[in-house]
Amino acid sequence: MSMVAEQRELRDDSLNGLQLSTRMDSIWRTPSGFSGALMSVDHKVVGRRYIVTAFAFLLLGGILAVLMRVQLAKPESTFLSADKYNQIFTMHGSTMMFLFAVPVMEAFAVYLVPLMVGTRNIAFPRLNAFSYWMFLFGGCFLWLSFALNVGPDVGWFAYVPLSSLQYTPTKRPDVWAQMITFTEVAALAVSVEIVVTVFKQRAPGMTLDRIPLFVWAMLVTSFLVMFAMPSIMVASTSLILDRLVNTRFYDSSSGGHPLLWQHLFWFFGHPEVYIIFIPGTGMVSAILATFARRPVVGYPVVILSLIATGFLSFGLWVHHMFVTGLPQLGAGLFTASSMLIAVPSGLQIFCWLATLWDGRPVYRTPLLFVIGFILIFVMGGLSGVMVASVPIDTQVHDTYFVVAHFHYVLIGGAVFPLIGAVYYWFPKISGRMLSERLGRWNFWLAFVGFNVAFFPMHILGLIGMPRRVYTYTADMDWAHLNLLSSGGALIFALSFALLLVNVIQSLRSGTLAGDNPWDASTLEWATSSPPPPQNFDRIPVVKHRDPLWFDTESMPVVAGLSVERREVLLTSLAEAEPQVREASPEPSIWPLLTAIATTVFFIGSIFTPWAVLWGTPPMAVALIGWFWPAGHKEDEE
Amino acid sequence: MRQTIVRNVGDLPTYGYGPRSGPWWGAMGFMALEGMGFALAIGAYLYLYAVNPNWPIGAPPPDLWPGTAEVIVYLLSIIPNEMTNRAAHRQDLARVRTGLIVMSLIGIALLVLRGFEFAHLNTRWDNSAYGSIVWLILGLHTTHLVTDLGDTVVLTVLMFTRHAKPRKFSDVTDNVFYWNFVVLAWLPLYALLDWVPRL
Repeated sequence: MSMVAEQRELRDDSLNGLQLSTRMDSIWRTPSGFSGALMSVDHKVVGRRYIVTAFAFLLLGGILAVLMRVQLAKPESTFLSADKYNQIFTMHGSTMMFLFAVPVMEAFAVYLVPLMVGTRNIAFPRLNAFSYWMFLFGGCFLWLSFALNVGPDVGWFAYVPLSSLQYTPTKRPDVWAQMITFTEVAALAVSVEIVVTVFKQRAPGMTLDRIPLFVWAMLVTSFLVMFAMPSIMVASTSLILDRLVNTRFYDSSSGGHPLLWQHLFWFFGHPEVYIIFIPGTGMVSAILATFARRPVVGYPVVILSLIATGFLSFGLWVHHMFVTGLPQLGAGLFTASSMLIAVPSGLQIFCWLATLWDGRPVYRTPLLFVIGFILIFVMGGLSGVMVASVPIDTQVHDTYFVVAHFHYVLIGGAVFPLIGAVYYWFPKISGRMLSERLGRWNFWLAFVGFNVAFFPMHILGLIGMPRRVYTYTADMDWAHLNLLSSGGALIFALSFALLLVNVIQSLRSGTLAGDNPWDASTLEWATSSPPPPQNFDRIPVVKHRDPLWFDTESMPVVAGLSVERREVLLTSLAEAEPQVREASPEPSIWPLLTAIATTVFFIGSIFTPWAVLWGTPPMAVALIGWFWPAGHKEDEE
Repeated sequence: MRQTIVRNVGDLPTYGYGPRSGPWWGAMGFMALEGMGFALAIGAYLYLYAVNPNWPIGAPPPDLWPGTAEVIVYLLSIIPNEMTNRAAHRQDLARVRTGLIVMSLIGIALLVLRGFEFAHLNTRWDNSAYGSIVWLILGLHTTHLVTDLGDTVVLTVLMFTRHAKPRKFSDVTDNVFYWNFVVLAWLPLYALLDWVPRL
């Protein structure tokens, strides 16, 4: 474009108020209609879809949990067959880990991070759309397979040799392994987007020490995903190859080794716990600051703890393998590192307690869930320190004690903050408040139901009840505690039903929220609820860690961005100094088409290795369509 | 809330090179996670090497010449790659076109060499765990070679169309950057696949 033409381009410094809003809205809006919806690259639209889809999978996974608790409520129950039960516990674990916990955290990041750092869209918006479709198709693939009685039945970690062709000659483990590939592609894509958004698209002045804690948490999580998930992709690929084209990775008669699977799986699987937990801590920090009415105590301590947790999480995986006959030195080392990771987590908890202590807490529903989180997570952490020790682990391995432990950690550490986050950010996303009265009921039912469901499992484990059994005999004396646990599970399930009711009611007739209903301090509250397609009419300038508490009269902003085409402001990594006005992609159907081509490739390759040949050209065509300039203004600079 | 304009960014460029651009960081991110994939595959190789008393299992080591030839071509390819990079920074369209054509041809040559390398591995994927991991690692790197070649070819064609606008030069430099990663990744893999079985 010549200089003359460039000068003629209309910029946001020559428009104001409603004129500017309308203009920006028309540029950034997702096209209307069904085809428009399929083309959307707006991080808010994609984020909302991601959140809703992940919660739909939570509902499905939760129904499976209830079915299992019904089966186990009494001895020798015939409600579920052994085969169904195997499929159900595998589907429950796989759904909750791969289709709910990780995606829902990334979903919140997709929605919130661009708003919190003050930009107009996520980095690589088309990749973001592609990621969502891959997640959706992978999840549907798993659940359709389950509906067709091809649901995986080898546990959520699919240990070989059970998952090898010899012992499971059906397609069930292939379904599991390929679902992994789908969801990991989706998660890896989002992680790169988040890293680049945080590194390059922060509002001017948002230096590293002014980044909101939730954004820091998602940044650390994204790095964890980038370094952990390749491991599960190597694992699931090699498993499929063993099953499909007779490679010998896990065949001990040809030099393969079953423990290689466990190493690859847990090298991913342990950081996975922190991939779920660290976003939870970010949510806690965000909620606490707002409802304690002061910034979180020890901002640098919290960040360094997050980073330390991230590093340490890669040095723990072998503690899942203590009963496989490790050398003693290895066991000792991994015990030590497993205990060490309690230190940064503990530091964060003390920072949060100090924040509550020094603040003027307002006990609204989000804060209740945060307090529930602290109590439950600390208990899960304590039983975690217990199983970090080899003698205790050897005793309780594969018992319900472990089931109790990881539900305390995962539900306490991630789901409680998450539900708190739903109450906290729902007004921003929907424009309406959730009912506080139902919220309190929701919290207390969840808190009581959860503890009644899972605390007895500690005792069941200690008195010898193994995991993954579909029934037990009356003479084991496990019946009463199991019945109690099942009762608790129903109460816990009820709390989610209440959340659903609350959401539906509020969407219809909830109180209007306004821009900043909680008087919070971060940038997502500086725009309307729900935010307009452009997020902000003008990009904010950040002068303080809590901008909305600092600049109460007027918000400093930058001008000079285009109002003729989609443009985002890139800033420098550390100081967030403006560097480039970069074009941001227009809506496109190609991410969806690429995802469809990839889906055909992935599913085809379960059945024939030739899918790699005939499945590649459509993918290549779709990718070329994606990247080929379509003549938008953005492409012609 | 009222807004106060405190700064005008209208003079900033609409594209940047290297760490100033978004796609460069995206490429960085993907290199990091793909590099991790290579590291884990190397780890799996060494694990199998450690637990097996005989290595390679039931096969002679791979023939040296194809891998070695690739190392030479890869290392030499850095020169035209860097020339393309500099031409892109200067926005010299003619030289960028030439550079991209040369890089495409080098990619094709390497793909042919790669075919020979598979043929001279002296083991099949289903012979033993050794054969499996060797094929997996070589396959993984070949995927990168093919992807980058595809990207280079598309970019070459694009630079001959009306879409060859200034900001596409930034895309060319990112492509150059990614090629260096493909080269760099090959060196340890070559040592692993061709020399560790000879230890």
